[in-house]
Amino acid sequence: MTHALDVAGLCVSLGGREVLHEVSFALEPGAFCGLIGANGSGKTTLLRSILGFTAPSAGRVALAGVAGYVPQKLQLDPDMPVRAGDFVELGLNGHRFGFPFPSRARRAKVEAMLAAVGAEAFAGQRIGELSGGQQQRVLIAHALIRQPKLLLLDEPLANLDLRASAEIIALLKRVAAQGVTVLLSAHDMNPLLSAMDRIVYLAKGRAASGRTQEVVRTEVLSALYGYHIDVIRVHDRIIVVAGEGGAHGGKHVAAIP
Amino acid sequence: MTLLQPGFLSSLPVQNALLIGAGAALLSGAAGVFTVLRGQSFAGHTLADVSSAGGALAYLLGISPLAGFFGLAVLGALGVEAAGERRAAGRDLAAGIVLGAGMGITALLLYLDVTLKGHGGAAVAVMFGALFAAPPGLGRAVALGALAGLAGLGLIYRPLLLATLDGELARADGVNTKLLGGAYLLLLALAVTLCAMAVGAILSTALLIGPAAAALRLARGPVAAMALAGLLGLGCAWGGIWLAYQSYGWTPGHVWPVSFFITALVLAVYAAAALARRG
Repeated sequence: MTHALDVAGLCVSLGGREVLHEVSFALEPGAFCGLIGANGSGKTTLLRSILGFTAPSAGRVALAGVAGYVPQKLQLDPDMPVRAGDFVELGLNGHRFGFPFPSRARRAKVEAMLAAVGAEAFAGQRIGELSGGQQQRVLIAHALIRQPKLLLLDEPLANLDLRASAEIIALLKRVAAQGVTVLLSAHDMNPLLSAMDRIVYLAKGRAASGRTQEVVRTEVLSALYGYHIDVIRVHDRIIVVAGEGGAHGGKHVAAIP
Repeated sequence: MTLLQPGFLSSLPVQNALLIGAGAALLSGAAGVFTVLRGQSFAGHTLADVSSAGGALAYLLGISPLAGFFGLAVLGALGVEAAGERRAAGRDLAAGIVLGAGMGITALLLYLDVTLKGHGGAAVAVMFGALFAAPPGLGRAVALGALAGLAGLGLIYRPLLLATLDGELARADGVNTKLLGGAYLLLLALAVTLCAMAVGAILSTALLIGPAAAALRLARGPVAAMALAGLLGLGCAWGGIWLAYQSYGWTPGHVWPVSFFITALVLAVYAAAALARRG
């Protein structure tokens, strides 16, 4: 099967420091993949490299088609007079030159997309006035309206409460079920455990990838971090713990994502 | 008090002034909406101040003031863009340095205007405008410049709006944000040049920012904000010209500065919009 995303031997250096070291993984169409790692592990750099914003020093990234991108949050001027529906429409034609004359067909597409992500109720509101969860839905609709093969999301759950997180994950699961590959970065894997079928775990700029139960194991993560890691399963949650002699350098025990 | 002093509309300097005011207000209103939303008010002020060096140079060389103002505003835009700074604080720093250099050159050129050419009124005209004393063909040139600027703004409207919302998102959607930012700065240079024709270099930011900021508080969408800002600016410009013309009857023999009335009306419009939004 052709991969929706194929990352091979990717190395990226920023300011003379190697941020990603020989990262390799591939995602099939319709995969729901969590890109998991602590702050500073290279998640955003990896997403930026996939989008072509950051040039790699080695390796390659191959995409099967258009990639849609969802930033963490829009930093908007409160006076920004752009309504949610208009913002979604910009996903369709925002890259085009010329003044946008009204089009019934385009409007129908926008309304269908707003309905698909459950955003029709607030389509007429200014985007800066939306809650975090509502804004995420609109951002996802903006990215999906161009029918991408791959959807990249940068920490979409970071500013959401539990309920909004669960709703966004359920929405993304439906998106993946329709054949769009979803790659979503997060520092906590637990909210994603029931949804993701693949994981790319980043630590110290290196990656381990595969099915969750294959990757989130003591041996794999210890090799990735370079010191002993315990993986503890409590009910439906996973706690990754750096033990004695770890990077924290002492006897204390710290939970890491 | 009569509504119109005799000869208002038949006066050629007034017709010229109305045309200059209209061109400046319509383009600066539309461009000003993006200037406010992109947080580039200081960059706009910088380009306006730098353009004053071009105004002073035009007096010295005897060339069209429009060419002089626009030429230096473009150089200022290139200077700000060359700094390549993406952070707001860094952009302000680059703009501040360009502004300082530009104003220094203006000081020198105005000195030369007075000492070499005997243009004693050059400083006031360049900095604060002399709308009724504008060269006869300037109105038509400003109107054409405004039309060209509005066409350019219409051309880049969608990518510019997307990049204003989120630069990274625009890049991901296929927008060349660097090229777009440069094109927008050139349009901004044109807008401040036209404003400088109307109210002088120092005061041109008022016409660029005030109507746009007021419109953003009232309008429901960006296109409506651009149209409303243009109309509010037009009202301020024409209202200012009318009041200045009326002032001839208040202090016989003297016309009060048009720039004063235009900027006072801009302030009143912004205050009214802020109150309306709060209410």
